[in-house]
Amino acid sequence: MSDTAASGPVMSADGVPLKRSLNRALRAQKIRALALIAPLLLFVLITFIAPIADMLFRSVENQIVRETLPETVQRLGDWDADSGEPPSEAVFTALYADIFLAAERKLHTRLGSRLNYEETGASSLFRKTGRRVDRFDTDIYTDQITDLDPAWEAGATWAALFEAREARSALPFTARSWERWTDFVINEEEDDPLEEDVPDFLYTALYSELADGAGAGLDPRVDQVIDALPGFETVSVREQFLDADEDWGGADIWRTIQTYSPAYTSGYFLNAVDMEKGTDGPQFRPENEQIYLTLFKRTMFMSMVITFSCILLGYPVAWILANLPARTANLLMILVLLPFWTSLLVRTSAWKVMLQQQGVINDTLVWLGLVDDGSRLVMINNQFGTIVAMTHILLPFMILPLYSVMQTIPPTYLRAAKSLGATNWTAFWRVYFPQSVPGIGAGSILVFILSIGYYITPEIVGGTTGTFISNRIAYHISSSLNWGLAAALGTILLAVVLVLYWLYDQIVGIDNVKLGG
Amino acid sequence: MSPSQSDTAFVEFIRVQKSYDGENLVVKDLNLSMPKGEFLTMLGPSGSGKTTCLMMLAGFETATHGEIMLDGQPINNIPPHKRGIGMVFQNYALFPHMTVAENLSFPLEVRKMGKSEREEKVVRALDMVQMGAFGGRRPAQLSGGQQQRIALARALVFEPELVLMDEPLGALDKQLREHMQFEITGIAHNLGITVVYVTHDQTEALTMSDRVAVFDDGRIQQLAPPDELYEQPQNSFVAQFIGENNTLEGVVQSIENGVASVKLDDGEIIDANPVNVSKPGERTKVSIRPERVEFNKARLQEGAHTLKAEVLEFIYMGDVFRTRLRVAGNDNFVVKTRNAPDAVRLKPGEHIEIGWLPKDCRALDA
Ligand SMILES: Nc1ncnc2c1ncn2[C@@H]1O[C@H](COP(=O)(O)OP(=O)(O)OP(=O)(O)O)[C@@H](O)[C@H]1O
Ligand SMILES: [Mg+2]
Repeated sequence: MSDTAASGPVMSADGVPLKRSLNRALRAQKIRALALIAPLLLFVLITFIAPIADMLFRSVENQIVRETLPETVQRLGDWDADSGEPPSEAVFTALYADIFLAAERKLHTRLGSRLNYEETGASSLFRKTGRRVDRFDTDIYTDQITDLDPAWEAGATWAALFEAREARSALPFTARSWERWTDFVINEEEDDPLEEDVPDFLYTALYSELADGAGAGLDPRVDQVIDALPGFETVSVREQFLDADEDWGGADIWRTIQTYSPAYTSGYFLNAVDMEKGTDGPQFRPENEQIYLTLFKRTMFMSMVITFSCILLGYPVAWILANLPARTANLLMILVLLPFWTSLLVRTSAWKVMLQQQGVINDTLVWLGLVDDGSRLVMINNQFGTIVAMTHILLPFMILPLYSVMQTIPPTYLRAAKSLGATNWTAFWRVYFPQSVPGIGAGSILVFILSIGYYITPEIVGGTTGTFISNRIAYHISSSLNWGLAAALGTILLAVVLVLYWLYDQIVGIDNVKLGG
Repeated sequence: MSPSQSDTAFVEFIRVQKSYDGENLVVKDLNLSMPKGEFLTMLGPSGSGKTTCLMMLAGFETATHGEIMLDGQPINNIPPHKRGIGMVFQNYALFPHMTVAENLSFPLEVRKMGKSEREEKVVRALDMVQMGAFGGRRPAQLSGGQQQRIALARALVFEPELVLMDEPLGALDKQLREHMQFEITGIAHNLGITVVYVTHDQTEALTMSDRVAVFDDGRIQQLAPPDELYEQPQNSFVAQFIGENNTLEGVVQSIENGVASVKLDDGEIIDANPVNVSKPGERTKVSIRPERVEFNKARLQEGAHTLKAEVLEFIYMGDVFRTRLRVAGNDNFVVKTRNAPDAVRLKPGEHIEIGWLPKDCRALDA
């Protein structure tokens, strides 16, 4: 009909394929749309997506062991943890180098705190060892080597030695240790390593490698040391460590170091569900050390109770609001929203005043003679207090979606049902209620998700039995500084919410959720 | 079928009043009596209280005064669900979360009817409105006309004796509307049910009903069969509201032998049928249907009064000609003539004389 062949692409008036000119026209629109959302997108990316990604990463990240104790981790690889024996002298020598450098850089305490999450006592062990490590009796190697040739005292000698690639590959441990030390001096002390005293641990490292038979023929000075080795007086690095702290003689701390040497760990997650890495795979902690599963269960349970209370209290209110004339409804809506205008802290504290044993409610009950003065009700600092206060605080989040959904249900449906012979209850239950379910769904999702991560209210009125998992997360973030565990707990919480959301979608259907018209 | 006898009345409004706000009466002194099987339409302008009357009958509003009787029983204190009245709402009110079949089955379920009986009745009701194939659909998946049929079927499925319909065809286009009018009356007559039908479309009212109640200002202005309503309007409101109508205003000069002589405001005198006037000196609105105006002198009665008229406009409408005249100072005087072979086509500017039979010219209230 037209001049475009039926098979070929449709052309626009100027002969450009229609698809392409359409795309060109749309591109400008797309760019404009993108420019409009870009600020928010950036904002969300920086303040929301990035922190979540960071949190997810932190919950498995475990670089600290391998970064602080690189040599030890490497040599500990083939140690058999089940032997019950501490590892060999070589591992202790490596640990000596690692801890010495770590102590210089004040990193050993951090590592100690990290390992303390897994093995109690690790923190003090590292602190003590860090203090002792530059007073180890290993200076006999320093003395014996420098006695052979005073040139060893000069950093320049070491530097010259490890210039050569052969030396670096023949004496890798010493070479790396030298390099790490010089790096530290240059970057952190901002000094010239050639002018510093060469530390004892480097002589010990050199000795240990030469004693293992490496390094022959590299350099006359090295050969000289090798020749003198049989007459060397020796000292056990292991003994030095045991002197500093006996715990180094047990297998436990070594097992912990070995277990947590990979760069990524499931340890935080295991911890978060009350498990630990035992000798044969993950196992539950002893009963009396389990807290997180209980907390998760409690958080779930209480959030559900709160959601349910909100539905029970909010549904009739929303119903009334939706069926009143608009003006009255708006007025009452202000009352519903009033809590939003009061500080959360004030509201929660008010509940404290209301519910405490010397509080308003108890006083009234005693006055009415319903409760004996001696047995005033405990309604605060427990689950009851948390549920009451949070139901109050979250109620508007239930009422608002319910209201806006109910507003869209025309009253004629109820009339129709009644005219068809249904009683008030049947008309409500069979006709009105099903149509308000999307509102209940939306309100429940809001309230449940808000309450599952609620922090302030349980913190203030929850006592010990009414706290949520979020309070524990906050504790790990701000007090124990175990961010990895906090991140793992947070990640699990996120996952639980997503799973529940998915379940909800399966059961109710997410398109069955309406926040309004 | 004599609607005035109250002992045969099926639905009866006795001196019913209704006020929503305690200040204005929306329904003022309503008296109405319907025999079984009648199709009665409430017709009137918006806000005249039609829906209110229907709602009082259905039980969703209570009368502030007066009595409503159903089958001889006062029903003021019977809740809506016990009245057994079928109802079709203006927006159909089909339950959106139920399928068509579930919607129809609902009134049977609440009556605790057995499953097989329910299914049978649902099928029958769907077949009655020719929607047998749609039982599994949701209301949202139906067109307006189809929803309308389902709403009708749902109101009928539990076999009520009285069915109320509040502008059921309001949302449909003209053609579908006409078709549905035909179907609804057909079904109503076949089932022998009593129907109270609300509309503000007068054609609908005239074509469907046994009797029409014309509402205005909370009162029934006239309750009569369609032909009577059209040909013998009892007051000027009904005359204006039903069909097209020419009005001339004047004062009654005398009433003799059932003929009133009216002096129009520009001084001319005409004869009229005194419907709502009783004595000389009263102001009156004289009403003449456009198709009863004659300008062919030969067809007029001897001695009939004629009026001078100037042709203002001639409109060809196919089956009829519509001519607008200036008569006695009224620029909107319309004459309709059938497009017969000998029909005269008047030209604007022509001066003619018009007349009519005195009985067609009704002197009503001013
Ligand atoms: N629920 C109500 N509250 C107060 N006034 C009302 C209410 N319902 C109706 N009215 C008033 O009563 C009068 C009659 O209303 P009604 O609905 O009966 O009119 P109607 O004849 O059905 O009009 P329409 O043809 O527009 O449907 C109107 O003036 C209306 O404003
Ligand atoms: Mg109405």
